[in-house]
Amino acid sequence: MNATDVMPLESPARRNFLRTSIQAGVGLTIAITLPLPGCVTGRDTQTSATASEFAPNAFVRVAPDSTVTVMIKHLEMGQGAYTGLITLVAEEMDARWDQMVGENAPADATKYNNLSWGKAQGVGGSSGLSNSYRQMREAGAAARYLLVSAAAEQWQVSRDSIRVQNGTILHPPTGRNAEFGEFVMSAARQSLPDNIPLKDSSQFVYIGKNVPRKDTGKTDGTAIFTQDMRLPDMVTAVIAHPPRFGAKVQQVNDSAALNVPGVLAVVTVPSGVAVVAKDFWQAQKARNLLQIQWDESAAFSQSSEQLLQQYHAAAKQTGMVAAARGDIGKGFAQASKIIEATYEFPYLAHATLEPLNCVVHIRPDGVDVWNGCQMQSGDQDTLAKLLAVSPQSVNIHTLYAGGSFGRRANPVADYVVETAQIAKAYGKPVPVKLQWTRENDTRAGYYRPLYVHRLKAGLDKAGNILAWQHHIVGQSILKGTPFESMMVKNGIDGSSVEGASNLPYAIPNFQVELTTMDAGVPVLWWRSVGSTHNAYATEHFLDQLARAAGKDPVQYRLGLLQGHPRHAAVLKLTAEKAGWGRPLPNDTVQGVAVHESFHSYVAQVAQIKRQADGFRLEKIVCAVDCGVAVNPDVIRAQMEGGIGYGLSPALMSTITLSNGSVVQSNFHDYQVVRMKDMPTVDVHIMPSVEPPTGVGEPGTPVIAPAVANALLASTGKSYGKLPLAETFI
Amino acid sequence: MQLQLLINQQQKNVDVEPDMPLLWVLRDHLGLTGTKYGCGMAQCGACTVHLDGSPVRSCVLPAQAAVGKSITTIEGLNSSTGKAVQKAWDDLNVVQCGFCQSGQIMAAAALLEQKPNPTDADIDNAMSGNICRCATYVRIRAGIHRAATLRVNTTISAEGLV
Repeated sequence: MNATDVMPLESPARRNFLRTSIQAGVGLTIAITLPLPGCVTGRDTQTSATASEFAPNAFVRVAPDSTVTVMIKHLEMGQGAYTGLITLVAEEMDARWDQMVGENAPADATKYNNLSWGKAQGVGGSSGLSNSYRQMREAGAAARYLLVSAAAEQWQVSRDSIRVQNGTILHPPTGRNAEFGEFVMSAARQSLPDNIPLKDSSQFVYIGKNVPRKDTGKTDGTAIFTQDMRLPDMVTAVIAHPPRFGAKVQQVNDSAALNVPGVLAVVTVPSGVAVVAKDFWQAQKARNLLQIQWDESAAFSQSSEQLLQQYHAAAKQTGMVAAARGDIGKGFAQASKIIEATYEFPYLAHATLEPLNCVVHIRPDGVDVWNGCQMQSGDQDTLAKLLAVSPQSVNIHTLYAGGSFGRRANPVADYVVETAQIAKAYGKPVPVKLQWTRENDTRAGYYRPLYVHRLKAGLDKAGNILAWQHHIVGQSILKGTPFESMMVKNGIDGSSVEGASNLPYAIPNFQVELTTMDAGVPVLWWRSVGSTHNAYATEHFLDQLARAAGKDPVQYRLGLLQGHPRHAAVLKLTAEKAGWGRPLPNDTVQGVAVHESFHSYVAQVAQIKRQADGFRLEKIVCAVDCGVAVNPDVIRAQMEGGIGYGLSPALMSTITLSNGSVVQSNFHDYQVVRMKDMPTVDVHIMPSVEPPTGVGEPGTPVIAPAVANALLASTGKSYGKLPLAETFI
Repeated sequence: MQLQLLINQQQKNVDVEPDMPLLWVLRDHLGLTGTKYGCGMAQCGACTVHLDGSPVRSCVLPAQAAVGKSITTIEGLNSSTGKAVQKAWDDLNVVQCGFCQSGQIMAAAALLEQKPNPTDADIDNAMSGNICRCATYVRIRAGIHRAATLRVNTTISAEGLV
């Protein structure tokens, strides 16, 4: 998805949208909300404009004190949604950066849908900024237009003679000037033309510049996450999940648990047994005293090792063809050298630092939900069905999320449903906060699936690739979800093969196959989805081919990328900035990888140093082409963070199943990258006039193959498993 | 049991179970929600507070053990070092999701009190107990170096941190 998919400004539907929005705004909703105890940032609200504010559309409100509030339709999970969307509005309004604030939009897909998702409200696939690029600029441009019209009317001058600069409306001929807030009443009476021009990029004052982030309150403890919600009469629930996926509660002895002071109830729900108590500590203590017999007759009881054996066997067969050109049989027959490789990828947990949680308040006349909610309309519909109420009566109050990486965008809304089931079973009309422990979070599934890949390539004498066969074996993320009809085509789950079936290299005979396995382990997208494994398999294999061909890995790739200039450009830029090919100390080597995901192109060079007790990952150089760079500093932050996130599975993270049970439980055994493991990161952004594309995910999949390729250069060995077998210090 | 705790320079009386960790007294009983729960076993550092100036993981520290000591949470981080760290964090746009950052800032402030001009190795040692899943480590490191500079500048400037 990119901004070109957005409804054009001139379209009747677009005009209608703006008109309707204005009408809605003029009929100003009067907000009657009381501050919630503990809710100090005011970021959580269902309010629209107050009576004294000017609301030109569903996204912008101007207060008499000239504060401009932007309704943020997408979850802020750290990726910079607040900063990015506010930038677009501020740009077209010519507002002052410090007069801009963000506020989470309510769940209302008629206004706040993701334009790349049709009618659904939510965010994912690195689509937040790209789908909003025109929409939020248009919202800002409409606000500006009406404010200028109001000023022209009041000053009795022509609109054309008025300028707006840094939050001030100016009439240079008379020297008159005023702040936005002066016109909140009169602006609401103005009308909009059919076509509001947007700025030319030469006039940009914010787009392309660095600005302070707008998701504030995160350095002084005042930002409110779901974990921090405190409401009158709220109770806290902690749940015991079964030790194996698919097991059911058979019998519960809760007498010891009920004796813990503060415990209010023990309830059984389909996914486990929950203790409801006055606070977390009591609930957790009591949860640990529950004696539960599980019916494991339908439970998943296999081990990762067994799955790997089955997957390897399947990989040796032919899979369903996901992409093909030429004739691989012919290509292999003509080849003078055949190279083969297999790669294994374990299950991975997202391990957001805020363990999953949700607050649900079932009232007689509706339902309130507080959550770092990533898929507002999906969660709303799911809860409405579960609780037999209308979707409109489910109010979702989106809060900041302490990370998601895909986990909070679960099509089956697992932990949200679980909270509602506990609240329903508890049966009292009070808010119920479900707080998972880290152990719940690590063991409850919805993992990045385990995969086995098998690759085979045929080279001619000169090292050219004549044939490429790639077979991917693993569970489908989308099968059985509401996304299946959209994204699983002819039995091929697009998210299983993305990044492999669209390999950019010019290879005449090419085939990508998929075998979808069924295993009773819940799986889910994990930051960069199919690319998490496909980028590693393709890019590490390509380096093995370059080595077999006796070619430099950068030159080898460039020779194959002639039809893909954006890949080639980031690769060249990274190589240049990393000093690729220049002499390095004897103990130091570099590895490179390039990959496109979510329409953004990323290349990385990893530099490692061999020391007596292992390798030291010294530095990463990264180049990204994500179209117009709206917030360069946010892009850099997402590359740095994406690299750090991808380093964990490259170097250390694994979820292992043993007889159906998850071996790991907390950060001592589900290891993740820490300060001492983090290399320096040097990010370069490719100048571009293309529509902006996402940056939340594309930095992640490139780092593992870049590091493996550096190891290959150092040791001469290929690396068939993640995490990488070598020791890093 | 009744406990009297000195938190952010204020005496607080709480009635909690004897084994309750300080984290849950802060969060569930006193409404000081800036200190976060991330793991419950001193593995992630999201719950870091200062006990007589030293960084401790409040998720495994029984509240009783804090009686008679001075507890500082992110809400009460008023020292010039603390302010320098917060300003450096804001200047460099360190945060992403932000969930770990109270703990990171408390750990960084404690480090700078001990070592006003820490090396990268000092930062590795002091900060590797604090997980950031957004991996803002590059900027946390830069932020600590910047805070060290800001701190030196404040001592010579009467203007304070501007």
